Amino acid sequence: MALLEIKKLGISFGGLRAVDDLNMELNEGSLVGLIGPNGAGKTTVFNMLTGVYTPTNGRILLDGKSIVGKKPNEICDAGIARTFQNIRLFDKMTVLDNVKVALNSHYSYSLFESFTHLGSYRKKELEMNEKAMEILKVFDLDGQADYMATNLPYGKQRKLEIARALATNPRILLLDEPAAGMNPAETQELMHTIELVRSKFHVTILLIEHDMKLVSGICEYLYVLNFGTLLVHGKPEEVLNDPKVITAYLGDEEEEEGGSAHGNA
Amino acid sequence: MNVLNSIIEQLINGLRTGSIYALIALGYTMVYGIAKMINFAHGDIIMVGAYILYVFVSLLHIPAIPAVLLTTMACAVLGVVIEKVAYKPLRKAQPLAVLITAIGVSFFLQNIIQLIFGATPIPFGSIIKIPAITLGSITISGITLVTLIVTTICMVSLTLFINKTKAGRAMRAVSEDKGAAELMGINVNGTISLTFFIGSALAAIAGILFICQYEALKPTLGALPGIKAFVAAVLGGIGSIPGAMLGGILLGVIESLSKAYISTQLSDAIVFGVLVLVLLVKPTGLLGKQRKEKV
Repeated sequence: MALLEIKKLGISFGGLRAVDDLNMELNEGSLVGLIGPNGAGKTTVFNMLTGVYTPTNGRILLDGKSIVGKKPNEICDAGIARTFQNIRLFDKMTVLDNVKVALNSHYSYSLFESFTHLGSYRKKELEMNEKAMEILKVFDLDGQADYMATNLPYGKQRKLEIARALATNPRILLLDEPAAGMNPAETQELMHTIELVRSKFHVTILLIEHDMKLVSGICEYLYVLNFGTLLVHGKPEEVLNDPKVITAYLGDEEEEEGGSAHGNA
Repeated sequence: MNVLNSIIEQLINGLRTGSIYALIALGYTMVYGIAKMINFAHGDIIMVGAYILYVFVSLLHIPAIPAVLLTTMACAVLGVVIEKVAYKPLRKAQPLAVLITAIGVSFFLQNIIQLIFGATPIPFGSIIKIPAITLGSITISGITLVTLIVTTICMVSLTLFINKTKAGRAMRAVSEDKGAAELMGINVNGTISLTFFIGSALAAIAGILFICQYEALKPTLGALPGIKAFVAAVLGGIGSIPGAMLGGILLGVIESLSKAYISTQLSDAIVFGVLVLVLLVKPTGLLGKQRKEKV
């Protein structure tokens, strides 16, 4: 059984059918890409997977159990974490605190202990610090733990978002355009980071991306969304050379050779 | 020397009143930071706290310290209940609807207390029976001393709580980005409840200190300290916790000094005048954060 199963998923906003009849499967440990032209409904799919939107119809099964109708924090606890297309860090908090917030549901001490700093307060906070620093180290952010998140350079903010998502200890990590706004060198580095994340944290990754180099470089399987419906899915080399995909990205009048979807679409 | 002594005494008086304003202002600012609403019923929590203390101490004859703890707890729970019943259903409504609801809750609390206890002021003897201390030629009353100590403890522990604990981090995260916090596993409803719990507990403590100073209960006693504390929160920068503390203390000191040296009648006008001036120069308040516009 796949770790995540999406069956006949659909959502309407008023009269607009944003996503329709979507079927997807994510196997444990896989790295899957979700691509498609702007406005195809990719982020909407992420929003349904994380409980921000409730699907109009269809089912989402995590490990065989339905997560439809659960609140975002419950879905996060169930094991799905995400990053955002526009970075949404807690800007006025330190890099360390950004990660520690995400650790919250895994460490507990009482309100009384919080106010008095007695009991297990110190021990738990210390454990959280260690865990957070361990995660930051993986992303080479441990040296900037005390910086305000807003003062980090752009590429590092992207990394911190991934670090924060991983701190929730997810089984599935959803990355929404992790390479957006990055230059080729940064994108290259990001590809390494994603590989590293996968091997170190044993997570299944689903990513939305427009950078075809990144997609074809690291994804094992691709789903292509167009106007809210699944256009094709398969291995990257097959999908990216599929005439339907090329048409979706570039329009039909283009008569280019097969590799044309490889640009920065 | 006499002039200096009188200035110092006025400053201490100002600190006493100001620290009470600060405690109340913290409730306004925390609730604003997290729920993005002005809780106009906050001042009435002070009043309810004073009446609950009166019931415990004068009617049920419970000793002072347990009575204070019970009062604080009762107000904290009242704050949470008000949020759940009146504000939570309006979480997605327009800010104006929430504001009007808060004013409604304020009237409700005042009227229910008036129904139970009547509108005639009830005399209430201070529960703080510590003798005044004299430092050189300056006398500090027992109640001033207790007020300063209690409010300092409250502010220090609140600051530590917000900055150094799990729940405090959750509160900061929710106040910055509710949606992102929820997606990182934070229980937003729980965090909002906790904010009302702490804010109302602080209001209860302020109410107890206030009533020990003024020694008379009436259903509208929360209105003036409530509105002054709101001004303090705005002066300090609404949403900012150090801002509320600073704003409260400044307000108290300005009020006390203008009462003593300018005019008792004009003191409130001076206080609000300072607010107007500060907002003209710095619209976000003294420690308020500039809202960045995303382009």
